[in-house]
Amino acid sequence: MSERDEITLTINGKRHAIRVEPRRTLVDAIREDCGQTGTHIGCEHGVCGACTVLVDGAPVRSCLMFAVQAHGKEIRTVEGLAKGDELNALQRAFMENHGLQCGFCTPGFLMLITGVLEREPDITDEELIDVLSSNLCRCTGYQNIVKAARAVAGEMRQRRTA
Amino acid sequence: MTAPTKGSGLTWVGRSIRRVEDPALLTGRGRFTADLPAAHRVRFVRSPVAAGRIDNITLPDGATVFTAADLAAVKPIVPALHKFGYVPVAQPVLATDVVRFVGEPIAAVVAATEPEAEDIADDVTVTISEMSAIIDARAALLDDAPHVHAQAARNVCVEGKMETPGFAAAQTTAHRRVTIEMRSRRQNATPLEARAGHAVFDPISERVTLTCATQMPHLMRTAIADLIGMPESDLRVVAPDVGGGFGQKMSLVPEYVVLVWLARKLRSSVAWTEDRRENLMASFHSRDQYIRLEGAFDADAKFVALSAEVIANVGAYSCYPTTCAVEPLMAMAELPGPYDLRAYACVARGVLTNTCPMAPYRGVSRPVITLALERLMDEAAAAFGLDPLDIRRRNLIGKFPYTSATGLVFDEGTYRQTLDMASEALDVPAFRKRQVQARTKGRYLGIGFAAFSERTGYGTPAFAARGMGVTPGWETVELTMDPSGYLELRIGASPHGQGLRTTLAQLVADELGVAPDRIKVISGDTDRTPYGWGTFASRSLVIAGGASVLAARKVHAKLKTIATRLLEAASDDIVLENGAARVAGTDRAVPIETLARAAYHQSHLFKGEIDAGLSESATYDPAGTFSNACHAAIVEVDADTGHVTIERFVIAEDAGRLVNPMIADGQVVGGVAQGIGNALLEEIVYDDSGNMLTATLADFLPPTCREIPPIELLHLETLSDATITKSKGLGEGGAIGAPAAVLNAINDALTPFGVSINEIPATPQRIRAALRQARKNPA
Repeated sequence: MSERDEITLTINGKRHAIRVEPRRTLVDAIREDCGQTGTHIGCEHGVCGACTVLVDGAPVRSCLMFAVQAHGKEIRTVEGLAKGDELNALQRAFMENHGLQCGFCTPGFLMLITGVLEREPDITDEELIDVLSSNLCRCTGYQNIVKAARAVAGEMRQRRTA
Repeated sequence: MTAPTKGSGLTWVGRSIRRVEDPALLTGRGRFTADLPAAHRVRFVRSPVAAGRIDNITLPDGATVFTAADLAAVKPIVPALHKFGYVPVAQPVLATDVVRFVGEPIAAVVAATEPEAEDIADDVTVTISEMSAIIDARAALLDDAPHVHAQAARNVCVEGKMETPGFAAAQTTAHRRVTIEMRSRRQNATPLEARAGHAVFDPISERVTLTCATQMPHLMRTAIADLIGMPESDLRVVAPDVGGGFGQKMSLVPEYVVLVWLARKLRSSVAWTEDRRENLMASFHSRDQYIRLEGAFDADAKFVALSAEVIANVGAYSCYPTTCAVEPLMAMAELPGPYDLRAYACVARGVLTNTCPMAPYRGVSRPVITLALERLMDEAAAAFGLDPLDIRRRNLIGKFPYTSATGLVFDEGTYRQTLDMASEALDVPAFRKRQVQARTKGRYLGIGFAAFSERTGYGTPAFAARGMGVTPGWETVELTMDPSGYLELRIGASPHGQGLRTTLAQLVADELGVAPDRIKVISGDTDRTPYGWGTFASRSLVIAGGASVLAARKVHAKLKTIATRLLEAASDDIVLENGAARVAGTDRAVPIETLARAAYHQSHLFKGEIDAGLSESATYDPAGTFSNACHAAIVEVDADTGHVTIERFVIAEDAGRLVNPMIADGQVVGGVAQGIGNALLEEIVYDDSGNMLTATLADFLPPTCREIPPIELLHLETLSDATITKSKGLGEGGAIGAPAAVLNAINDALTPFGVSINEIPATPQRIRAALRQARKNPA
């Protein structure tokens, strides 16, 4: 397995030229080869969603995608959400609603919600539950994650109608 | 946001301030064990069979692989318990001649990267002569069952027995007896971050730093140094951000011992990150229990006697430090629950099998004993033709302090009040009407209640009563105000999601009249914090919190002495508030920074009165306190599919003073979600030969937000006299009450079918099987 491909991953606007084996998963490349450890690995079989990142705007389980498949694509991770030390609206909503405890699943939820609200700004509260059920959290019991997501979705709706 | 109670004198305690933990975790700057770089990655070769003798291990050429033969000088893990016929069984950190469960580590492969280590591990050939395995605990008790450990006759590792005086008479003369058999299937706590360890050898100091996902850093240091035979001072254990634990990360992990040994052997850094399959297969399991209860009642449905048989399947080895007795002995001590009952008899056994070892999981035995007892109460209510609420009201304890049949002392609680609050919130009479109407349309609704106590914040006496070789309980903190007037609180507790950095700062802030953002809480580093027991058993806010208040009071006294001199006022007239010492009722004040600077740089002024500096430590070892709650659920069971939908879930709970209500609610709701998972979804399944059939999160099913209904929380705050903070612990209660409330509701819904479901998880398959059986044999 010594064959390696040269690829470029663009993560949060920054280009990372790396050499990876074809079997390298995207999440391993993001964490190990690009040093972006904010994206976490929870199950490596696509169930828990802790490794969710955005690839060309779509939420993706980065444990189920090979790094070579992401060559040349725009990847966004949790590290790209805040502006410096200033949390964005979704991060603030998580903090205000106590949407995290241990924080291990949090990056995946943040990227899932970010991707969905960008693509479907008019998503209903009920549809949001379906989307959020893609990821697992073991600490919070989900109530406050749902509240945070709904709060941000509501703010977005208000801003558009204002 | 809850305002401080008026007149309480509290400024920060009682407020839902935001957590200081959050910004780093929300921006990807959390630091978890797996984030650390290492020169070497480790992969463990694990047993593919549940029982067998290792004949041969063949290694691929040129590979760096270590086996038990290499680690011959490392002692096996032999947890100790001095009572209840405990048989000390030994667990080698890598299997020596025999393997006892699927997933047991046999060899450690070391390579530059994880994929390489995995490739090499695939090429390690382990030849094992398979022996017959025993998987089920009740089968393991039979005379002809194979022995998991030769020295444990009938595979019994521990056996607790008790009978109160006069028990037999109370039972035999009772008006009515009701029995129930309860089966709780095996669970895995499933923290989203599985286990991970990273050990680095420092050639200058010859010390090793082990960073690992643990709830108990100091005890890991002691245990690992003991097993390897190294001075404890040569080992530093760091618990960085830890991605949930729920008990699974409080026991000693054999793999961590191997990592420290490897770091010393290779004089380098090594890391192991467990994958989910390993976690489900070889990390700790729990709650695999069978309980048989017989309740005896007088003619007024007063509970007069309870006999219990508890069989806990503890797996192949005994966990350190609690030992595998933790489930059966907790069941024995706490089975009478919150009911006034004087006659009690119990036999509780921990039984060894060829399965993954058991260890504590949030609530330990209490989710199971509460389930059994609360099902018994509902069955008894039915036998007497009483409402389930009525039989509970007749029997719940109401006078405090209350000493139980097993000698536990309950401080003041609100057992009856919380039952009433929960039932009023669900409007039971209106529900019953709706239930009747729904049945006419073929819809089956049910309501279920679970009243329970949650023993929390207990110190050494409780653990000593179990006869534990290692007796945890106390906590020590060190509080330092530096010359700039800022504070560092160093704690032996080890939070991993509970928000202690926020809540302990709130407690200290109120004692010293400063804002919490002046206080940094340091945890999870044995080089930086005093020896302590970590975070488990709903103890940290009560015990580390109490110690924090005690230390803060010492610092407060010193600051006041300094202020007395600087303000030329009587000590009694000085108050610390808003970051200053003030002469009460005047505008004469001196900022806390000035006092702090004086403590260090002008100590000659106070010579003979106080020591220089502002560092104080305090230790707290309380007897313990009981939180209480009532959980209530309304469910709908689809009789065609067996699917259960939870329509409403109400909790009325009392955990004394809530330091941060937002965080407290988060703990309860998170526990309930795990309880609902236990009740309906999660089950570790072995086949008859001990192979695990649930090795992915698509097989073992933690709930998603789709399965968790909105959870309604009602609070009472009975300020506890048993703790310094007036708080009671609440980390486990959510998980304790939920399974019983849900299962009682399911059974209530299925009343028209005349079936009882007394097994969790109550999966669609189990419910359908019961309904099919009922149709075949109508009552």
